[in-house]
Amino acid sequence: MRPILMKGHERPLTFLKYNRDGDLLFSCAKDHTPTVWFADNGERLGTYKGHNGAVWCCDVSRDSMRLITGSADQTAKLWNVQTGAQIFTFNFDSPARAVDFSVGDKLAVITTDPFMELTSAIHVKRIARDPDEQTGESVLTIKGPQGRINRAVWGPLNKTIISGGEDAVVRIWDSETGKLLKESDKETGHSKTISSLTKSADGSHFLTGSLDKSAKLWDSRTLTLIKTYVTERPVNACAISPLLDHVVIGGGQDASHVTTTDRRAGKFEAKFFHKILQEEIGGVKGHFGPINALAFNPDGRSFSSGGEDGYVRLHHFDSDYFNIKMLQGCCDYIKINCDK
Amino acid sequence: MAAAGVMDMASIELVASNLGIDLSTVNLDSIVLPPGEDFGIPSDDEEILQREEPQEFEAGFGNVIIVDNLPVVPQEKFDKLEGVIRKIYSQIGTIREGGLWMPKDPQTEKTLGYCFIEYNTPQEAELAKEKTHGYKLDRAHVFTVNLFDDFDRFMRVPDEWTPAEIKPYTPGENLQQWLTDEKARDQFVIRAGTETEVMWNDPRQLKPELVYRRTYWTESFVQWSPLGTYLATVHRQGAIFWGGANTFNRLMRYAHPQVNVIDFSPGEKFLVTCSNHEPNNPCDSHRVVLNIFDVRTGKVMRDFKGNVDEFSVGGAGGVAGVSWPVFRWGGGKEDKYFARIGKNVISVYETETFTLIDKKSLKVDNVVDFTKVDRYTKTKKSTYPGFELFRIKERDIPSEALELENKNDKILAFAWEPKGHRFAVIHGDNPRPDVSFYSMKTGRVSKLTTLKGKQANALFWSPGGRFIILAGLKGFNGQLEFYNVDELETMSTNEHFMATDIEWDPTGRYVATSVTSVHEMENGFNIWSFHGKLLYRLPRDHFIQFLWRPRPPSLLTTEKEEEIAKNLKKYSKKYEAEDQDASLLLSEQDREKRKQLQEEWEGWVKEWKRMHEEEKAIRQMLRDGEASDEEEVYEAKEVEVEEVVKSQKSSSKRYSGVLHNFVM
Repeated sequence: MRPILMKGHERPLTFLKYNRDGDLLFSCAKDHTPTVWFADNGERLGTYKGHNGAVWCCDVSRDSMRLITGSADQTAKLWNVQTGAQIFTFNFDSPARAVDFSVGDKLAVITTDPFMELTSAIHVKRIARDPDEQTGESVLTIKGPQGRINRAVWGPLNKTIISGGEDAVVRIWDSETGKLLKESDKETGHSKTISSLTKSADGSHFLTGSLDKSAKLWDSRTLTLIKTYVTERPVNACAISPLLDHVVIGGGQDASHVTTTDRRAGKFEAKFFHKILQEEIGGVKGHFGPINALAFNPDGRSFSSGGEDGYVRLHHFDSDYFNIKMLQGCCDYIKINCDK
Repeated sequence: MAAAGVMDMASIELVASNLGIDLSTVNLDSIVLPPGEDFGIPSDDEEILQREEPQEFEAGFGNVIIVDNLPVVPQEKFDKLEGVIRKIYSQIGTIREGGLWMPKDPQTEKTLGYCFIEYNTPQEAELAKEKTHGYKLDRAHVFTVNLFDDFDRFMRVPDEWTPAEIKPYTPGENLQQWLTDEKARDQFVIRAGTETEVMWNDPRQLKPELVYRRTYWTESFVQWSPLGTYLATVHRQGAIFWGGANTFNRLMRYAHPQVNVIDFSPGEKFLVTCSNHEPNNPCDSHRVVLNIFDVRTGKVMRDFKGNVDEFSVGGAGGVAGVSWPVFRWGGGKEDKYFARIGKNVISVYETETFTLIDKKSLKVDNVVDFTKVDRYTKTKKSTYPGFELFRIKERDIPSEALELENKNDKILAFAWEPKGHRFAVIHGDNPRPDVSFYSMKTGRVSKLTTLKGKQANALFWSPGGRFIILAGLKGFNGQLEFYNVDELETMSTNEHFMATDIEWDPTGRYVATSVTSVHEMENGFNIWSFHGKLLYRLPRDHFIQFLWRPRPPSLLTTEKEEEIAKNLKKYSKKYEAEDQDASLLLSEQDREKRKQLQEEWEGWVKEWKRMHEEEKAIRQMLRDGEASDEEEVYEAKEVEVEEVVKSQKSSSKRYSGVLHNFVM
């Protein structure tokens, strides 16, 4: 069925996040204003005004009360989801990039970019139940590796923090001591910048997307590489279906390399892969620029993509999608046609 | 110069005080070692200097020529003769200082009738040899010029003839082995990045099968010989041929420094290599060196050297100024003759002796190009929308003009049907031109059909004719329409986004479309069936070349071919059965593989569920006792999926209708 085109951002999208119930979709863009939408019909519900720079990432608490955002204005902000009011501002000395609430929403991990002499860093903040008690104090600060950290998420039971970034290495850190526990293997791991990192619904495994034109599936506890999905374009965004054994991968050329001559839509496909067989099973076209953000609705029945073109496209799957069977002896390329 | 650790400052001070020198008065920077003395401390940069020097000498005597048959003159005339020689030879290149030496007889003080000239470069020496060998100073003195290095070699020729040692015959590999493939598959070579790979196209398996891979196999490009026997790799030093029964072994090297392009005689007997040499002096024109090698022995049979103008005709086209290929071959499988076009002249040579036939060239005015055409030829004028068709097999070459219906249409592409009587034309103005097909079967040109508004700008006939691909390359982003000209119907329409190259396999069964590295993205190739079904894709970064391995013409007689065509059903039965077996086997293997992957995955999921269950209590605690509902979801999910699928099946229309309303 036809995708819903959500216009609201003036600049390229950077991140998309559904709340746990799957009724709200939060979007971040370079235009300073995170936005919340109804996840079923794409109606805009509200915006969160207050950042002074591109917003790179966000997370929403399990009860859909709190939103946390990380921005290039060197702050991360806590918001009241319902009223849009700022609850607290965490100030840093360099742009904030990734944000993630822990299980229980009592902690948040925030990463900051390398800036001047500062290296990248991972900060753990305590999130107070009562907004008045919120402080900016860090529970833990981990000095990061060379280059930017693009994503950091909590590992199982908040015991670890998983990060990935420009140096192409996936790292697992001890969230108590800040000690580096595991690093992905240089041989089998990514060879270029890791642009995205997203966990499975239960957090047992996670998917990383990289500019090396592949996405990789890892075990969250052991950092064992389980699967690799190879595509033709640098990967900017990826997501794991919570319902079927599918993953979706999006990307495209660097914005600076996109030719202006080809105005035809559909060059920037979100590609579906079978999670287990690693075979490409379909693609959804539509964006006029590279795809920067992807997210599945927690019910697995729809997904949304955010592009360099400033649009969010909300796709409800057709019934065909749920009937995809991996035909025996034949890998028919099934179009997940949302443009009908 | 001082190396660390050889002598520290303290010991220097000690020595100084022993010698009674006040170090504070010594300017250390002013101390210079005596020449040739290093006090046993080797310096790093000296080593480099020493290493560089021998390279100078490696040039050998390649830049020295010997000029013989000079007049023998007494001492008084020595300077005059030397002046004359210097005048002649310094026109060609720079003679080194003291590089002209004319030896004298110690007794008579007369010259010996020869001299040595040393140039700056071997190229100059080569040129001097070429230009002045046979130079007539006067009637009695015709110069004989040789390279010093050659002279050395000539001197070593033994005076007595000894019969050549006959080596025992060792049978070579069957270089045509690939043609005997049981599955009748075709091979192709691809280059991507630094890798060059030869692969089988295996449409039954829906993937290629690697035959041979090599990194840095070539420095510029690879090329199949016309019958597919050899794969030539081109390097700075020349070309190398590869081939073999099961793999690719080096068969022969053909040395030709700075070779740019290569060409084969149609029967693969000879190899033509060509190199362009930028002149040192910008006023001089480009020089071209052509070598014709015997493929089997690797020997140079004949070389041609000259200015680039001598090898370029009609002005435009060709590689770096040369109209490539320079030679046209004739004389059937034995490649008996080859011809070359010059200014108003066609030179025909024969390959027995590599000399001009009848010792002279044919004079023809204003020759632009010459070619062997099977039946018809055509001219195309961009200013005038039409064709003139010449029947060159008939007497007087009758011509026939063909005009398009719309006189303003531009002709964008034209292609003859191979082995056929039809041709296709793309005409019209962008953005969506028309495609027309014409037949010449009845003796007159008759139009078959016109397809309106196609996204096409290039035509690719199947080598067997009948099928054609109307391709929209470049501006059309790789639109592909597979068209059957017998039935005048489109078999399928597809797209290979950004495709830059299209090549039919030699049998006309499959088509390769590729995106080469002129584009940054999407590099790789697709293999299609002749009717436009995508069989498989192979992405490769920095994709450079895709070449099908050519096949030699069929050895079957025409009668036999007709017989096969007649009883095709009988013959195809065997292959159909094989196809079925293969696909059964494939699905069997595939099922196995999928089953294994599925089991492996289930292993992971089982472990994750176990861990998840174990951690349940802690997770609950982290959420302040709130029941963790993910476990329930885990169980419930499976059921839910079933339901969704079922209800979707029965009421998918309704469901999508409802959601559609949301959008509107």
